Amino acid sequence: MFADYTMTELTSIFAMQGFAGLILFSVFVLMALGLAIIFGQMGVINMAHGEFMILGAYVTYLTSTLFAEYLPSIYDSYFFIAMIFAFIVTAALGALVEWAIIRHLYKRPLDTLLATWGLSLILQQLYRTVFGAREVGVTLPDWLMGSYALNENIEIPINGLFVMGLTIVITVGVALMMQKSRLGKQTRAVVQNRPMAAAVGINTEKVDRMTFALGCGIAGIAGSAFTMIGSTGPTSGQLYIVDTFLVVVFGGASSLIGTVASAFTISQAQSTMEFFLSGSTAKVLTLLTVVGILMLRPQGLFSLKIRR
Amino acid sequence: MHSKSQPFSGTRRRRFLQNLLAVPAAIMLANASLTAHADSANTTGLAVTDKTVTVGILHSVTGTMAISETGSVQAEKLAIEQINAMGGVLGRKIEYIQEDGASDWPTFAEKSKKLLIKDKTAAVFGCWTSASRKAVLPIFEQYNGMLYYPTFYEGLEQSPNVIYTGQEATQQILAGIDWVVKEKGAKSFFLLGSDYIWPRTSNKIARKHIEKLGLKVSGEEYYPLGHTQFNSVINKIKLKKPDVIFASVVGGSNVAFYKQLKAAGIDMTKEKPLVLTISVTEDEILGIGGENIEGAYASMKYFQSLTNDNNKNFVKAFKERWGKDIVIGDVTQAAYLGPWLWKAAVEKAGSFDIDKVRAASPGIELKTAPEGYVRVHENHHLWSKTRIGNAQADGQYKIVYETKDLIEPDPFPAGYK
Repeated sequence: MFADYTMTELTSIFAMQGFAGLILFSVFVLMALGLAIIFGQMGVINMAHGEFMILGAYVTYLTSTLFAEYLPSIYDSYFFIAMIFAFIVTAALGALVEWAIIRHLYKRPLDTLLATWGLSLILQQLYRTVFGAREVGVTLPDWLMGSYALNENIEIPINGLFVMGLTIVITVGVALMMQKSRLGKQTRAVVQNRPMAAAVGINTEKVDRMTFALGCGIAGIAGSAFTMIGSTGPTSGQLYIVDTFLVVVFGGASSLIGTVASAFTISQAQSTMEFFLSGSTAKVLTLLTVVGILMLRPQGLFSLKIRR
Repeated sequence: MHSKSQPFSGTRRRRFLQNLLAVPAAIMLANASLTAHADSANTTGLAVTDKTVTVGILHSVTGTMAISETGSVQAEKLAIEQINAMGGVLGRKIEYIQEDGASDWPTFAEKSKKLLIKDKTAAVFGCWTSASRKAVLPIFEQYNGMLYYPTFYEGLEQSPNVIYTGQEATQQILAGIDWVVKEKGAKSFFLLGSDYIWPRTSNKIARKHIEKLGLKVSGEEYYPLGHTQFNSVINKIKLKKPDVIFASVVGGSNVAFYKQLKAAGIDMTKEKPLVLTISVTEDEILGIGGENIEGAYASMKYFQSLTNDNNKNFVKAFKERWGKDIVIGDVTQAAYLGPWLWKAAVEKAGSFDIDKVRAASPGIELKTAPEGYVRVHENHHLWSKTRIGNAQADGQYKIVYETKDLIEPDPFPAGYK
């Protein structure tokens, strides 16, 4: 396979391929983080995660239209504002959903699965009614498109760099928040022992709502970022949901480090196999590996030892 | 109550019901004899009255496929409205019953059964994916219905109960490959598609043709439907340096593929490599964004930018009916042909009878088709030209080539089983 190429060509291809793996890794972390928070901290399986992401994407689309219409002078920087909007809108919807549906179902985890799945169908049809069945094209500022040529052969996609940077910022932010902030400490306290946390005066209902909203908000940011690499349509969220669950379950549901490690493993395996084999075969092999490992370690790669 | 219902039990009751049914039937017959062509127009119990004829529209307006099928529904309704404005078919206004296949193949089957058995529609315009067509096919054949199917598809099928108004694979692919070889001097091809029957069959046809021309296929790859990460395959393409990427990626994957191709530094306007697609119509470009696919070539029978008078009128009427920002892709135009081809066949047969319409269909010409001129082949597909369009930043295609003659449909090319 490699005999016909010069050393420089091979080096640059491997460099770019390594980078492709890192981009896939960032994408996986970004889409799984919100789900991991909700699943890991609250035990709620949020089947509507993909739809929350797409809500973020639609908010980005609206913001871009708005800026093109009224503020063309600062159009180049609309993307940052769009991400903030995306976070606010999806987090608000998340809080609303938690209040209206989820909080009634904490004792019935299987029912949350059905309820959020129903919610995902409702949201899909809602998007279809509001934005039309066709995908919308989100126009990106020029500086986000194209690639950065490191040298003659190595070209790095700028939007890939952007997603990587964003992923680092958000992951570090979430980790810090969980470890240091008041809400983070309260959340962990509630996860470890709910009655005791309530007894020391933590408003557990509020903590639940904030956690759910935070998870949804991060999904919104992810959706906003994914307008750069994917499609924005009523059912686009479904494209991400399987990979997202794969990453979270494989990583061990209650651990953020597990999510990151699992995203890294799966993304590297997949992108390497995609390069050497064909796309569908790579997917099958990735899934088989994950199933195999989960049979040996049902709790996932990492799991916190906590007293239930 | 009990004693009164007695006389109607058993055989007597059945006879009573038969008599009851016979009355309106007799009235209808009496009416029918008043108009000259009515007798022969309807001999099969279809939903045809003196003033109206009922047809069915069967597409997904909910679910994944709604993205693609919406345009077809709009085109079919427009054609029906235009035909009605011209006086209808055999003096009857067309009424339609629309059913939603909901992107679910069993639902398509169930709804087609309803349209044929309960509604007794004289023709059905519908389906989009091959899977939905395969699901309704046995029903149309069993209950002898007539389906007008608009999508370009993989071929390898020919049913007496279906008229295929889109191109089958060889019509679309061979002309496209010949063009890049002749005009662009292409020597090697990388075939890339979503993983299901249409891209796989299309690439099989493409590969065979490429190898027959003595050229090289440097790679053939498939990705699952809905796949969103193409960076690895793009690197592979960079390594193999093909002259042409022959792409049949569909749906949401399309958007991801072209955005990532551009982000990876492949400027399609430089044509190194050249991208030739058979799956991106103007509809798909809406989602991809014109700036992300600018420079790619598409091989199809219809582009919105065609400049003949038929098409100018069609585009104008379509925009007046459905909004000025709407775009029209290959399949939408093919769907628009359905009602017109049916009308021509019914008028030629002088009857709505399915068997007579079928017998009349081969040879039907449409000089008013937006794509120019089409004719129905014996094998129920259309003779049509193939065009090459160059994608522009505004989301339209600039037509750079058109085959001189109509291409004969060949749904069963030699060597494919």
